[in-house]
Amino acid sequence: MSLRSDFTAFLNGNGELFSFSLRFFRHGLNPPFEFAEFIKQCYVIGYKSLPLIGLTAFIMGIVLTMQLRPSMADYGVESQLPAIVAIAVVREVGPVITALIFAGKIGSSIGAELGSMKVTEQIDAMEVSGTNPFKYLVVTRVLACTLMLPVLVMLGDAISLYGAYLGVNIHTNTSFNLFWTQVFDNLVFGDVLPAFIKSFFFGFAVGIIGCYKGYNSSRGTEGVGLSANSAVVVSSVMIFIIDLLAVQVTNIFDY
Amino acid sequence: MTSDKQVLNSSLDKVMLINNLCKSFGDRHILINFNLELIRGESVVVLGKSGSGKSVLIKCVIGLLRPDKGSIKIFGKNIPDLNHDELDQVRAKIGFLFQSNALYDSMTVRENLEFPLRRHWIEVSQEEVDKMVEDALEDVGLRHTIDMMPVELSGGMRKRVALARTLILKPEIILYDEPTTGLDTITSKEIIELMIEIQEKYNTSSLIISHDMNCVRMASDRVVMLMDGRCYANDTYENLIKSEDPKIKMFFE
Ligand SMILES: Nc1ncnc2c1ncn2[C@@H]1O[C@H](COP(=O)(O)OP(=O)(O)OP(=O)(O)O)[C@@H](O)[C@H]1O
Ligand SMILES: [Mg+2]
Repeated sequence: MSLRSDFTAFLNGNGELFSFSLRFFRHGLNPPFEFAEFIKQCYVIGYKSLPLIGLTAFIMGIVLTMQLRPSMADYGVESQLPAIVAIAVVREVGPVITALIFAGKIGSSIGAELGSMKVTEQIDAMEVSGTNPFKYLVVTRVLACTLMLPVLVMLGDAISLYGAYLGVNIHTNTSFNLFWTQVFDNLVFGDVLPAFIKSFFFGFAVGIIGCYKGYNSSRGTEGVGLSANSAVVVSSVMIFIIDLLAVQVTNIFDY
Repeated sequence: MTSDKQVLNSSLDKVMLINNLCKSFGDRHILINFNLELIRGESVVVLGKSGSGKSVLIKCVIGLLRPDKGSIKIFGKNIPDLNHDELDQVRAKIGFLFQSNALYDSMTVRENLEFPLRRHWIEVSQEEVDKMVEDALEDVGLRHTIDMMPVELSGGMRKRVALARTLILKPEIILYDEPTTGLDTITSKEIIELMIEIQEKYNTSSLIISHDMNCVRMASDRVVMLMDGRCYANDTYENLIKSEDPKIKMFFE
């Protein structure tokens, strides 16, 4: 009984999220555009999360290399370490870890920001001031997330590989040039492009879910905390779902 | 004060006319055939207990909520019938002071005040904007807070800044949603005095929602009591305090 009502609530939630996304496309494609706010959000969303993403990517690069080394050495292919790490980082670890950190930092802050704007009537105030709050707040943030995350993923990948270079050099002495030659010799377009494309979807998911949760925040300060929290949880799960779908689609093209 | 004003306005220049307004959420009927009129220069207080639908009423008036039935005529235009652009034009002439102030947290006081100006009047020069922002802050006595953030202000100051923001477009009607809740007696008296001052200076009409007796006594020309979704009484403060009706007496004790 309760399982059934939970399930209907889940489906209803998805339906609302879907119509919220449709509304994004309807409002987003119609002028006037809130260009100044969009640029500001790109700065806030992209630039401000760079240090955190850079740090985690760097550590990930080192750790991944150190974890892979023993097995690689057992098979006698230790020299292939840069290549295998590069493929792991570019195809999977980079985009997913970056997106998860992004969801934690940006998804929650969008959820909390819009949530508190909702409960303190700031969204209503915008509306009576001749502004379409959906365009001003939601469209700009979702677009900024969608465009900034791929950029962050690429920067994160690069920083990860620097970390990997450090990781390789803990045991053996590999020159900087040799490391990067090995990386680029083994990376093909088919590794880079799907990862790049899926990070747009990750960014969109984080943006739209954060905005949806904030925009539909229930009254009171509790509601704000709850929307921030569920923005992170739902968008993290969504990242994995998109990842799963992406790998299926990529495989169709590979074979 | 009341009688002179009403004689003056014998032409009955009604800026707002609400007729048979109904609004419900699900099967909860909040407003049932509610009627109200507001004459130019007049200040009407809507009195009602918490949860009686006062905020719902005022949000219907500004077009934030859509009524189920009934008409809300402002300057002769029926709000529920207007399209988006027409609604914006009417809204530019109405000031709305929100219950929670609704100052934009991420903007300074100056940017908060500039926001409605920039949005409603696209073609104004920066000098004019600066001048209007400073004048509006001057009106509420907070010129020095211009570069502060809303979080740095006290509750009373925030209310004043919010009031300055509603004033900046020189509205003809101001809607106040509980302007004195959450403030101490002295501060709320200051706010009420400020409201009266503004009313006289700009000859605005005010619709004030309140359950603060000081506010009713000082600021009202007429009191409308909202009870169970209907207009229960409509009279001056002086007449209402003399009333023997227990439901009315409840408020004035
Ligand atoms: N968007 C909404 N959805 C559903 N119910 C609502 C909504 N807005 C208000 N209500 C309900 O309508 C009723 C009246 O609310 P309203 O905010 O108008 O009360 P109020 O008279 O302003 O009270 P207060 O003095 O506490 O501000 C409340 O019971 C509230 O739960
Ligand atoms: Mg209220």
